[in-house]
Amino acid sequence: MTLARTQTARAGFRLAFGGGPLPLYLGGAILLIWFALAVMAPLLAPYDPIFQDGTARLQPPNSVHWFGTDNFGRDILSRIVWGARIDLQIALFGVVFPFLIGTTLGSCAGYFGGWIDTVLMRIIDVVLAFPFLVLMMAIIVILKPGLSSFYVAMALVGWVSYARLVRAQILVIKSSDFVLAATSLGYSHSRIMFRHLLPNAILGSVVFSMSDAVLVLLNGAAISYLGLGVQPPTAEWGIMIAEGQSFITSAWWITTFPGIAIVTLAMGFSLLADGLGELLGVRE
Amino acid sequence: MNVKPAPLLEVTGLNVHFGGTGFIPGLRTPPLRAVNDVSLAVMPGETLGLVGESGSGKSTLGRAILRLGELTSGEIVFDGTDMARATVGDLNRLRRQSAMIFQDPYGALNPRMRVGDAIAEVLRVHRKVPSSRIGSRIAELLNLVGLDAGYANSRPLDLSGGQCQRIGIARALAVEPKLIVADECVAALDVSIQGQILNLLMDLREQIGMAIIFIAHDLAIVRRLCDRVAVMYLGRIVETGPTEEVFTEPRHPYTASLLRAIPDIDPDRGLPENPLAGEPPSPIALPCGCAFHPRCPNALPDCSTGEPPRLGRDGPHRAACILPPGEIRI
Repeated sequence: MTLARTQTARAGFRLAFGGGPLPLYLGGAILLIWFALAVMAPLLAPYDPIFQDGTARLQPPNSVHWFGTDNFGRDILSRIVWGARIDLQIALFGVVFPFLIGTTLGSCAGYFGGWIDTVLMRIIDVVLAFPFLVLMMAIIVILKPGLSSFYVAMALVGWVSYARLVRAQILVIKSSDFVLAATSLGYSHSRIMFRHLLPNAILGSVVFSMSDAVLVLLNGAAISYLGLGVQPPTAEWGIMIAEGQSFITSAWWITTFPGIAIVTLAMGFSLLADGLGELLGVRE
Repeated sequence: MNVKPAPLLEVTGLNVHFGGTGFIPGLRTPPLRAVNDVSLAVMPGETLGLVGESGSGKSTLGRAILRLGELTSGEIVFDGTDMARATVGDLNRLRRQSAMIFQDPYGALNPRMRVGDAIAEVLRVHRKVPSSRIGSRIAELLNLVGLDAGYANSRPLDLSGGQCQRIGIARALAVEPKLIVADECVAALDVSIQGQILNLLMDLREQIGMAIIFIAHDLAIVRRLCDRVAVMYLGRIVETGPTEEVFTEPRHPYTASLLRAIPDIDPDRGLPENPLAGEPPSPIALPCGCAFHPRCPNALPDCSTGEPPRLGRDGPHRAACILPPGEIRI
């Protein structure tokens, strides 16, 4: 309650005049740069990301290939720039679907309580009982390895954290006077839920979704690394690391540059989450 | 002989118990009897004060009357319909004709909504005015509670407690209710603001003529505002009657000791010595007989056995005490 009350009212004002927390701007800037790179990939990337140049294999960073080339002679820089498209998409879709499913189910459970709550919480217990990555892999293997299967698996597994977060918030806010007032004024369930409960309950999830994006990103890279996500020869950072690992002693640039890309993007999300949390007064 | 007007609200034998459920009868926890066999009536336009210590069940009763909380048994006849067994349609009618004012002026307003939107929402949901007139109606309501129409654009955070309480009242009035339940609605405010809000409520009652159930523990305020008063102790109404009569001639020892405990502003008189020793017993394990007998200075052997005494049936001023009026020594 107090979290919603304290800092949000003037957040917009403070933001516009640069009075927000520093991590917010830093994280935002990093994400913006990656986003711009992804959007302008065709203009910025010096080479075709999947073009194999047999004459330029395993070249270290030089003036022609700034980040070097891999064992097929593909330009690492171009692959990283094009890979940003896939990895940003992974972070986005890997968060949006669980977020939507989780907040919807979680708020229903918190608001209606009773058997809906009981059933949902047991399902969550079951999902949480499996190791995250193992469950993801099982679902992807059943469906058919690929990016869309990854999103489906992410949605099926990832929603539980959002559901629990929102449910807990709703439970607190449900007993506040303004919700009682809304009931006494004869508002419908959906109005109370969407106009009164969710706007006050969702902040925590929004902040969490930013730090969750980091995990999803690393997950996506890990799943691709295991050969279950993005399929070669598509440029994606996780695959690039996987393909480069056998050359790690002789050609460090194949794995190092995509690794740095993952770390900076993850840092962007993480900083943004920190900043948002500070700005909105939400502490995890 | 005049025909007695029908009460707006008539509560009969209302019980609200919490807990006391379980599959195995032997292992059930005893229920907490928050409201116990309460009967009361409110006439249209009348102000009923509901007083008692913390935990006496005043708020629970107020919420049960508006069907905002669970109730165990009893009848709540509002405007001719028993709302305790109401259909969804009946409940909607109750919602359209009743409203509640809360103790915490900030907590009662959605912090993410401009106050004008909060009032507009009531007008829209209940289709009180055509949408072209919503803006002017909000201004009208804000003026009615003594606020400038410009406040419609502010958020609860930007307002003071008194202003928020006025907004809460304006929102309640937007319903055009026949009954308002005001739950400790001035307890959280400064004394000067309390006075303003009370005057506002009295003015509004004159202008609009809604009935008010005024829940409070401040007896001086109740005396100023209410036509009739009902005193609650451990979930039961122990005395009810016209305010002045109850205040000058209490018939229940509990009422008498509450009145004795009102501090006087005269510095020579000193603080009242509170004759009421101890805490009220737990509502989970109510004492036999009259629930007040462990603390009652007049208790007789009969008081601790049998059923709790019922409210008398004689006239408007009634008390649930076996002592005849005038025998109470506090």
